[in-house]
Amino acid sequence: MNPSPAASTKCEFSFTVNGEAKNVLAHPMERLLEVLRNDLGLTGAKEGCGEGECGSCSVLLDDMLVNSCLIPIAQANGTSVVTIEGMSAHSLMKPLQESFLECGGAQCGICTPGMILAAAHLLDKKLDPTLADIREGLAGNLCRCTGYMQIFEAVAKAARGRAAP
Amino acid sequence: MRADPADYRLVSPGSLQGVLSLLAAEPAQWLPIAGGTDVMVLYSAGKLANRNLIDIWNIPELRQIEVFPDRISIGAASTYTAVRNHNVVAREFPLLATAASWTGGIANQNRGTLGGNIANASPAADSLPALLIYDAVLTLISVRGERRVPYRTFHTGYKQTILAADELILNISLPRRFSKYFSHARKVGARNAQAISKVYLAALGQVANGAIRDVRLALGSVAPVPLRLNGTEKMLTGKEIAPSLIDAARKSVLKEIRPIDDIRSTARYRSAVACNLVTEFLAKLAAEGATA
Ligand SMILES: Cc1cc2nc3c(=O)[nH]c(=O)nc-3n(C[C@H](O)[C@H](O)[C@H](O)COP(=O)(O)OP(=O)(O)OC[C@H]3O[C@@H](n4cnc5c(N)ncnc54)[C@H](O)[C@@H]3O)c2cc1C
Ligand code: FES
Ligand code: FES
Repeated sequence: MNPSPAASTKCEFSFTVNGEAKNVLAHPMERLLEVLRNDLGLTGAKEGCGEGECGSCSVLLDDMLVNSCLIPIAQANGTSVVTIEGMSAHSLMKPLQESFLECGGAQCGICTPGMILAAAHLLDKKLDPTLADIREGLAGNLCRCTGYMQIFEAVAKAARGRAAP
Repeated sequence: MRADPADYRLVSPGSLQGVLSLLAAEPAQWLPIAGGTDVMVLYSAGKLANRNLIDIWNIPELRQIEVFPDRISIGAASTYTAVRNHNVVAREFPLLATAASWTGGIANQNRGTLGGNIANASPAADSLPALLIYDAVLTLISVRGERRVPYRTFHTGYKQTILAADELILNISLPRRFSKYFSHARKVGARNAQAISKVYLAALGQVANGAIRDVRLALGSVAPVPLRLNGTEKMLTGKEIAPSLIDAARKSVLKEIRPIDDIRSTARYRSAVACNLVTEFLAKLAAEGATA
């Protein structure tokens, strides 16, 4: 077992971020969100609420959509994390970017990284999502600008674009 | 104020024995953290009193879902995603699959666990009415051994449980004898996914020859603990569903529940909604239950 660190001792944690191996020295209860933003300079994940309600800090952890504000770094040890910065390699990125642009799915942009990750997570699992699937897939991501319909339409459009040859 | 991570310890023994040994060696010192969707919210808000955390997210025994001929055993650290996507849960325990699908958004379901929902002991926890209805049995484990307890005896009062300081919930076991029932769940809150329930109903029923053969009703957020409506169930059994029976059921529901006023709602509203949800269920049971 890991030696139980005294309060205030930093430990080394290793994980991959966007395909690159990373080692960080951090307190085990440091949140993944802060490690990504402050230690690794990846500011795509944002802090909205800090309590799991808004999804602006969404990342993929071992291919699962999670809120990085609720993950202590110790629980990310040994995992593979993908942030919005790492999504440029994803086949869905271009269609999603284009449909968000065309449908007006992004305004101030604060929610957009989380929306794109939640959408990609959904489209990876469901080839032909219904509007109900899209609403459910994005239910944990809040947007104060668009009113959501543009975002749902953008995701539907990206899905349709992919289904068509 | 935001918590300072330097003030907290989090250890990750990585094995069930390792976790249990530490819980036994330093009783009441270590707070388990599974998916963290309750613990980390408190922590972020600077309200987590316990400074020593022990990671149980990565313990394989707590993540297994095993199917036996007579029951399904769900590891306590199974996520809502794992629970709702399991084919036996989806087919035979729809009330649990549905509750899982309403517990926050997808990101929350990918981390939040059934054991965490039970141990956190909120009267508004959405999976607990389903566990009452399905006669869930919990296996609790410590270095002293295992004990099996009916879930209905686990919550003893507001945020009170029978879990000992050195114990974990190991698994939740559900007998496989409810697949032939008509089932119905309703969550009343600001919205289904991302809001705490004001009132939650999970119900099962069977109708034969026009009369209720068996009925099970459980409500969340109407008492200090999730509540099974034993008296109302008894009153309904053997009767034909008619307006007079529904009136009697509403009176009986009001006698059994103990709702309170809080930031989300009022006792009066909760009473009215609880009655309406039971009425709605009985109407559906009359219309659709006979064929089930
Ligand atoms: C955005 C958001 C939305 C939510 N929506 C809902 C909702 O709609 N309905 C609802 O019911 N809940 C909801 N929750 C609350 C939460 O997701 C659930 O209660 C969840 O089941 C907690 O599980 P966890 O593994 O994350 O618990 P943790 O936070 O890891 O732990 C919670 C408590 O349980 C204890 N514990 C955990 N596992 C065990 C075990 N195996 N043995 C003993 N003790 C254990 C911990 O010590 C702690 O006290 C929501 C939370 C958030 C952040
Ligand atoms: S900042 Fe993490 S969910 Fe809002
Ligand atoms: S675009 Fe501004 S919050 Fe969504």
